[in-house]
Amino acid sequence: MNNGLAKETPIFQEPFNQTILRKVTATPAITIKNLNVRIGDNHILNDVNLTIPEKSITCIIGPSGCGKSTLLKTLNRMHDETPEVKISGEVLVDGSNIYNAGVEVIDVRKKMGLLAQRPCPLPMSIFDNVAYGPRIHKLKRRKALNQTVIQYLQYVGLWDEVRGRVRTSASRLSIGQQQRLCLARGLAIEPEYILGDEATSALDPISTRKIEELFVRLKEKYTIILVTHTLRQARRISDNVIFMYMGKIVESGATEEFFNNPKEQLTKDYLSGSFS
Amino acid sequence: MQKIRNFKDKTARQVMLGIAIFSLLLLVIIGTSLFLKALPIMKEKNLWVLLTSSNWKPFKGDFGFYPFIISTLYVSLIAIIIALPLSILTSIYLYAYSSDSVKKVFEPVIDLLSGIPPVIYGVWGTLTIVPLIADKIAPHFVEFSSGYSVLAGGLVLAIMILPLLISILLEVFRSIPAEMTDASLSLGATKWQTVKKVVLRKSFTGIIAATVLSVSRAFGETIAILMVCGNIAVIPHSIFDACYPLPALIANNYGEMMSMPGYESALMLGAFLLFIIIVIFNGLSRVALNQIEKRYSF
Repeated sequence: MNNGLAKETPIFQEPFNQTILRKVTATPAITIKNLNVRIGDNHILNDVNLTIPEKSITCIIGPSGCGKSTLLKTLNRMHDETPEVKISGEVLVDGSNIYNAGVEVIDVRKKMGLLAQRPCPLPMSIFDNVAYGPRIHKLKRRKALNQTVIQYLQYVGLWDEVRGRVRTSASRLSIGQQQRLCLARGLAIEPEYILGDEATSALDPISTRKIEELFVRLKEKYTIILVTHTLRQARRISDNVIFMYMGKIVESGATEEFFNNPKEQLTKDYLSGSFS
Repeated sequence: MQKIRNFKDKTARQVMLGIAIFSLLLLVIIGTSLFLKALPIMKEKNLWVLLTSSNWKPFKGDFGFYPFIISTLYVSLIAIIIALPLSILTSIYLYAYSSDSVKKVFEPVIDLLSGIPPVIYGVWGTLTIVPLIADKIAPHFVEFSSGYSVLAGGLVLAIMILPLLISILLEVFRSIPAEMTDASLSLGATKWQTVKKVVLRKSFTGIIAATVLSVSRAFGETIAILMVCGNIAVIPHSIFDACYPLPALIANNYGEMMSMPGYESALMLGAFLLFIIIVIFNGLSRVALNQIEKRYSF
């Protein structure tokens, strides 16, 4: 799967590098074919076809209600929880369709760490939040669990802030800390993908920057797909951009190319702020 | 203009304060009047003896309330032991598992159940539960039971508080933000794991509050209980023995045999005891809830 391209991927500081353009042709981690999502008579996603390259950050942008969150939810099959949602088409993750009969939804979700719009700690301690995933999937034995939790808390830069109170309620953390906790919780299930649904929209600028820095660091190991409202964020951290409008993919491509030379009139209008 | 508006605002505020105080006063008024009515018997007899004696012979002037207090607590306890697990499982099913069409059928029916008059539960209990206990259940455990028993009362009461519990618990579960359950599901937890580790945990205090509310109701339930409990003033030794809860005592006897000396006052003491039991129970559970929230708030 790793054909060496990913290793050469330039780090965040130099986004205007031609290798990014080539990344689009890099190994696709997720391929979506003829995806249609309907809720009742509403056609939310209309014939979506796209590929998401591995070990990179892909941002999905578009105006409110364009279907970007719906698209994200199809990736970890969260629509399974709402029976009204009808899905057709294929979502190939690592080459196999996650909507095939016989695919366990739990196996799909275990591969995807989700970061929601508002951080939502589970009603338990900081430690138990991070240990939640490993415990239900029986990933670690009790002793190793301590180490795992500390490791992920360190990874998201939370350990030093909470080390004396990991057994206290997670809801007492600040919003920014909570979001980093949620990221640690998601990483602890050892996923291959990270999905972010406007993961920084509820955060202050400093917390936002911390999360963004984490994403950039994480793309070495994970394939990251972010839904975002802020164009600047997409520009800052993404390698590839997907622009959606009214349930359809309007344009997608490498970030720099996308922002500098948009091909579609609709994209130009959106980027110039004609509508949002 | 300004003045009139301020005046209106102030008056409205004071009127509402008055009404609020009145509803608070009602509790005091009821409590006091019951107490005053019960005072003669408390002066005549030792209160401790009244509470702990199991001798109930109004003709001889013996008023021991112990069997009644025990019966009230016993029946309510049985009811909540039966009803709580059933209602938690039912509401979990309706909350997390059932399809919308199932909800559409179940929820109105549950609301309807709580609207059925107690006397109907009483009749049904007499016709179904009592013979069932007498013929099918009790023979396995005791030599003889008429069926009119603590268990019959507990069962009927459990069925009566079930719809109340289910609808409160559903509200409690539904107040949990969807983001929280989604967070658990997206980590690959099954529905049951999510329910067990997140939903039940988050709604723990809500479940206790719902329990307190339905136990309070169980304490006071009268007609249905009176019809299936047997109404014998002895201390029940097993759940198959007859019993005589306080509300049944009052409802059965108030207005009759009032000429007997001390009898009215004794019944009023019964009412006062019931009142106190409910006040104390609610007060204690409020304290407990506060403690739980402080210690385990997540």
